[in-house]
Amino acid sequence: MSTLVIADHDNQVLKGATRNTIAAASMLGSDVVVLVAGSDCQAVAQSAAAVAGVSKVLLADSPHYKDGLPESLADFVVGLTGGGQFSHILASATAFGKSVAPRIAAMLDVAQVSEIISVESPDTFVRPIYAGNAFATVQSKDKIKVITVRATGFDAAAVTGGTGTVESVPAGPDSGKSVLVGRELTKSDRPELTAAKVIVSGGRGMGSAEAFKVLEPLADKLGAAMGASRAAVDAGYVPNDWQVGQTGKIVAPELYFAVGISGAIQHLAGMKDSRVIVAINKDEEAPIFSVADYGIVGDLFQVVPELVKELG
Amino acid sequence: MKVMVPVKRVVDYNVKVRVKSDGTGVETANVKMSMNPFDEIGIEEALRLKEAGAATEVIAVSCGPAACQETLRTALALGADRAILVQTDVELQPLAVAKLLKALVDKEQPKMAIVGKQAIDDDCNQTGQMLSALLGWSQATFASKVKVDGDKLTVTREVDGGLETINITLPAVITTDLRLNEPRYVTLPNIMKAKKKPLEILTPEALGVDVTPRLITLKVAEPPARKAGIKVPDVKALVDKLKNEAKVIS
Repeated sequence: MSTLVIADHDNQVLKGATRNTIAAASMLGSDVVVLVAGSDCQAVAQSAAAVAGVSKVLLADSPHYKDGLPESLADFVVGLTGGGQFSHILASATAFGKSVAPRIAAMLDVAQVSEIISVESPDTFVRPIYAGNAFATVQSKDKIKVITVRATGFDAAAVTGGTGTVESVPAGPDSGKSVLVGRELTKSDRPELTAAKVIVSGGRGMGSAEAFKVLEPLADKLGAAMGASRAAVDAGYVPNDWQVGQTGKIVAPELYFAVGISGAIQHLAGMKDSRVIVAINKDEEAPIFSVADYGIVGDLFQVVPELVKELG
Repeated sequence: MKVMVPVKRVVDYNVKVRVKSDGTGVETANVKMSMNPFDEIGIEEALRLKEAGAATEVIAVSCGPAACQETLRTALALGADRAILVQTDVELQPLAVAKLLKALVDKEQPKMAIVGKQAIDDDCNQTGQMLSALLGWSQATFASKVKVDGDKLTVTREVDGGLETINITLPAVITTDLRLNEPRYVTLPNIMKAKKKPLEILTPEALGVDVTPRLITLKVAEPPARKAGIKVPDVKALVDKLKNEAKVIS
């Protein structure tokens, strides 16, 4: 039996989260096969084959897989399981993985185990519930286990070291159920939020979109990604893809700065696994201080520039 | 066009949940329960479609114990036209809910289902996608904007790198993200009116759906607690700690 990992990619680059998912797959004790479905995505297949622990890459290259739309892709994956060789199907808990995996599970008439953070055995997994305020250990007796993997729960498999072969497989039909019109992706020279070693996040306390500029020199100095609380995104200060929290991005960097963030439960759910948390807030009662390793009570518009200066 | 909106009764988002000492789950007795916030956004979107003339009827549905009637009454007070409860005391998992919803779609023939992207109790993020797959419908997850033009929909979705816009054709399942709309408040006159709106009660057996749970919860535990840290007096002290104690910067 093998484990199938559905790669998340943009036809050019394998997304980092896929390597965390491959790491989780490697713990299941059988061969790891990665599916790269896309258009002109040969390079992605090659890089997936090189990832440590991958034994084979299935490459399905067709224009209708270009945009990662879920309907045709889920049909295709279900077709791949027909031979009964896959015991597990894994996807990253990214917008892409979350859209496609439950479709596959439903068509196979099996449960999905969402956002696992640990593999206890090939049929038992740990996953957070209630915004991470409880951890459930769940067992699946289904014949095929469909799982999404939370990247912060697993160290990414190494980029090299794998000796996988790439095998082309014929694409399935185009369901035509959805068509991409366009994307407005946030352009940034900063690291990706979910992969960054340092994150500087702002909250409602920033007060305006303009005020987020005060965080930029700090992020520049530390090579950090920038994030935000839900309140700051809802207020329109920054784009939606900056949101860290229960229903936004789940992050666990080495160092997390929470600036002007009070620390609502749903925000803590997205960042409390960070190794070191620094909180800067003028309200000394703010709940963020209960999870922060180091807190400074003060006006962020004074503290942050001082901090940049002190860092030299 | 009829629009179906499933609503789930969950522990209110303001409640700090406590894990039961026997490790079987979290404490839900005497805890405030509310409509899942993403489902409230779903109801609001359906009502706006109706107010804009794109939808003719908004049907709120729920699956679970008798107490879910309260959640449905809230949906009716918000403006849903009628409600259906599939009543059962069995623990319902997303696949079972998706099957129940499919049975209701077969019965009611809506052209659209607007489903919350995730319930804030189990955080599964599955039901809408599963329903779409079981029905063979188009799917638009994590919607932040929906435009209806005849049987064509243009949906803007919140994805990891920003926003993505797709075209889909009805029938379709849409799942709601936070910024799709801001739900209206329930008013007292509407609460009174809601009491008179029809609320039908069905059972999984009557719909011919097997809702037996597939996943077994072996235990529920508190997550490892984070040790409370310290407050430092100034930026100099902070940088010193980050460099020499935590060693996260050099």
